[in-house]
Amino acid sequence: MKEILAAIWGYRHFIVSSIKNDLRARFARSKLGALWMVLQPLAQVATYALVLSRIMAAKLPGIDNRYAYVIYLMAGMIAWSLFAEVVNRSLTMFVDNGNLMKKMAFPRVCLPIIIGGSCLVNNLLLLVTAVGVFLLTGQPLSWVMLWLPLLMAINLAFALGLGLILGVLNVFVRDVAQVMTVVLQLWFWFTPIVYMPSIIPDRLRAVLEFNPMMHMAVAFQDVLLYGRTPGIPGLLVIAVAAAVLLLFSLVLFRRAVPEMVDVL
Amino acid sequence: MSRPLLVVNEIGKAFRDYRSEWGRFAGWFGFNARVKSETWVLRDISFSVAPGESIGIVGHNGAGKSTLLKLITGTLQATSGTVAVNGRIAAILELGMGFSSELSGRANVYHSAGLMGFSRQAIDSVIDEIEAFAEIGEYFDEPVRTYSSGMQMRVAFSVATAFRPEILIVDEALSVGDTYFSHKCFKRIREFREQGTSLLIVSHDSSAVQALCDRALLLESGRLMKDGDPATVMDLYNALIAERENSTINIESHASGREQTVSGTGEASVEEIVLHNMQGEPVEFVDVGQPVTMRIRVAANKYIPRLVLGYMIKDRLGQPVFGTNTHHTKQVLENVEAGSKIEYRINFPMNFGPGGYSISTALVSTDTHLVNNYEWRDLALVFRVANLSRMDFVGTAWVPPTIETSRT
Repeated sequence: MKEILAAIWGYRHFIVSSIKNDLRARFARSKLGALWMVLQPLAQVATYALVLSRIMAAKLPGIDNRYAYVIYLMAGMIAWSLFAEVVNRSLTMFVDNGNLMKKMAFPRVCLPIIIGGSCLVNNLLLLVTAVGVFLLTGQPLSWVMLWLPLLMAINLAFALGLGLILGVLNVFVRDVAQVMTVVLQLWFWFTPIVYMPSIIPDRLRAVLEFNPMMHMAVAFQDVLLYGRTPGIPGLLVIAVAAAVLLLFSLVLFRRAVPEMVDVL
Repeated sequence: MSRPLLVVNEIGKAFRDYRSEWGRFAGWFGFNARVKSETWVLRDISFSVAPGESIGIVGHNGAGKSTLLKLITGTLQATSGTVAVNGRIAAILELGMGFSSELSGRANVYHSAGLMGFSRQAIDSVIDEIEAFAEIGEYFDEPVRTYSSGMQMRVAFSVATAFRPEILIVDEALSVGDTYFSHKCFKRIREFREQGTSLLIVSHDSSAVQALCDRALLLESGRLMKDGDPATVMDLYNALIAERENSTINIESHASGREQTVSGTGEASVEEIVLHNMQGEPVEFVDVGQPVTMRIRVAANKYIPRLVLGYMIKDRLGQPVFGTNTHHTKQVLENVEAGSKIEYRINFPMNFGPGGYSISTALVSTDTHLVNNYEWRDLALVFRVANLSRMDFVGTAWVPPTIETSRT
């Protein structure tokens, strides 16, 4: 554990410059540049809002903002996009960087850190844009938004833990990445982002409780839409899940590292 | 002798195949995984490197050279044994790894030096030197995608050697762009060595190993066959090549991009062609000016009224350097019986410049192959000439001069 932290610290310049290059390279020579990072999720929100607002808006009692459903959607999307982006990119990070890993000796743990950092920057940009949109729609800022850094940290830890495990497994069994594309699709629809938990039949709600991402989405909706403190038990569920996954992923990672390059 | 920079201790590397990958995962957590097959590509390699020493690593393709280097640099983990490194290793094998084509040369320098573990401040202090060494002018601040491959190499080499490493791994075959820059690179490598950097040089080229290295390691089938002075090791390496006989020659002929062609009516054929030194040992690497004997054994398959042997030595570009035949030397054999063998021993001094050469042979009846061509064999033998004992010179001919000067 200590050596992993030491390695990260020793390569901090590489990590920072990789994150910068990652963002820069992605939008080099595109006219709108970094704007694309927020335009894509916003377009998705706009699509859902356009298609579903009539049906869904009625299900949000107690909010008098007529854009309530849009805010609800955005809150969930902010939580989901960080999670999904980190998991998706972690899945293939060792395979994608196989050539580099075969030829350069650098601490492999830099790779998930770079992905985490780069996705976090994306997510922050999305959050800032979303808050801008909220202000335009008359949604007031509130002190409970100070919960956001903690929520994002837990979200990131959960996603990195899961992503690192899957990323390691994917080196040896490449089907993992294929399976996960489908799983993530399903997972999205089993998380109350587009719809409200209230429309789920009671029987299924108990099942939904086991989905850590539900608690994450609900926490973001609490903070951004309802302006209330997120439910502590729900947060604890995902925080514990994140801690367990992260710990397990690091153990797995350390065992796997010596063999990883052999099969890349 | 001071503390060794690198100690490789009984290192071995096996690639394992598991029945199922789940078995591999279980193995990480202490369960007994069933290994389907285990391939040892390296075994029981031990050696150490002292500061300033330069070591050549030779061996056939697949002997384990690059696996050994990967274990030393740490990209691969040894299955058994240990590698202890006392200092920093830099490898100029994979120049330009991790370069991003959208970023400028300067940004890539920061990035790839970061990949080697350097801090921003450390790079700041040498960035001007790197820019000056690369000599690519304005392009340094242009995106790398606009670079020629030579320019990219220049930047990559400049970063890789911006800080003097304790151990430098060099692939001798590495081309670092144009001749001018490659000389500059070798100058820098020599300077490092004088300051105490140890070199590990991977090479197929005997002359380079003998010229640059204090010691050489010969790897054969994953084992360290010989660790000793370059001349001894290269002799052994040559013997190994000779043992593999024609197969090696075939490989070499393909490697050079040319094919060995044999043509003719087949009344006679060259069965064996070997180059020997004065001690009668087969050699493939010859010093400039060294006297050698070329032994050619010819078998007559049918009765041949008049047999002439001709040979031509060509340089690596296929240009004739020297050729003659037994018609010109007035040693024509007449009435050669079917089934008889003839051995020719051709003695000559190797008055050629350093480089690779090939020999073509012709079995004919007159002084040209246009009348009766029994057999014509291109690339019958390939050999290399290295300048080990003479003064420096260029060209394919060794014409030792006596220079007299007079000042008035």
